[in-house]
Amino acid sequence: MTKLAQWLWALALLGSAWAALTMGALGLDLPSPCREVLWPLPAYLLVSAGCYALGTVGYRVATFHDCEDAARELQSQIQEARADLARRGLRF
Amino acid sequence: MASVESRRSPASSRQEPEGRSRRQDKYSVLLPTYNERENLPLIVWLLVKSFSESGINYEIIIIDDGSPDGTKDVAEQLEKIYGSDKILLRPREKKLGLGTAYIHGMEHATGNYIVIMDADLSHHPKFIPEFIRKQKEGNFDIVSGTRYKGNGGVYGWDLKRKIISRGANFITQVLLRPGASDLTGSFRLYRKEVLQKLVEKCVSKGYVFQMEMIVRARQMNYTIGEVPISFVDRVYGESKLGGNEIVSFLKGLLTLFATT
Repeated sequence: MTKLAQWLWALALLGSAWAALTMGALGLDLPSPCREVLWPLPAYLLVSAGCYALGTVGYRVATFHDCEDAARELQSQIQEARADLARRGLRF
Repeated sequence: MASVESRRSPASSRQEPEGRSRRQDKYSVLLPTYNERENLPLIVWLLVKSFSESGINYEIIIIDDGSPDGTKDVAEQLEKIYGSDKILLRPREKKLGLGTAYIHGMEHATGNYIVIMDADLSHHPKFIPEFIRKQKEGNFDIVSGTRYKGNGGVYGWDLKRKIISRGANFITQVLLRPGASDLTGSFRLYRKEVLQKLVEKCVSKGYVFQMEMIVRARQMNYTIGEVPISFVDRVYGESKLGGNEIVSFLKGLLTLFATT
């Protein structure tokens, strides 16, 4: 099964469960506070997923390592390499 | 000195049936180049330094796609300096895809492991011994360098570039669940036969090619190890990330999402 199919299946499953409960298709008599939470639930989930995504990406951007040392090390090795290669007769 | 060196005679050790630890492993580095005249001598020098310091058996295969800047001329000089058993030139007439460069290079590779990396100095050869250690530790089929884990990181990226990179990585992780943290990186170690099988299957171009390699690897149940790397963005030459790259990345991502 492709990743797309997995997503569609999961969404269809959750979506039909939600629809069945809100429409009362199962004949369950849910107390009214439950029903009031239930019907905007997809919107809540969507918003919290979005917040989670933004929070995660934001945190990861903020903690992305800047490899200053690696860049400095590379620069000094480049000098060393140029000198050594020139000594061995390389024409740049 | 002589006694240490003698363990490395490849002819006798090849025959051992157990093959895993005692056999002399050889690492072939594939360096596809296009206009890397400035960088090529430096990356080769760093590779040679890193390999000889850790006593690893290696060869460097330079696949130049007809660069107009004379990369080939510099490569020929390097072949003279380091010997044609260490530096192999396998140029091609014109610029062709990365996948075909790997196929072309592998045809001439005598190592049982292949290292792929960029020749523009963004990938430092000092990490290759760590890749090799990691590979042996878990007997992995692939070891991938990662900028997104542990001590890994980047140098020379502004905030916008970091946001795009992290954002793209997050979306990819959510949609594809690939089991590796750096999908678009191209600093990796493969078992030769694994790379051969993967390259046959992968059709994408650019950034997506590296991503497809990992996704297909996961599909084919190959194991993947990861080593944090520092990525120092192009010292010489222009780094490329424009609108076109982003659009083709998204197209490729959605294609993989729908087909794998």
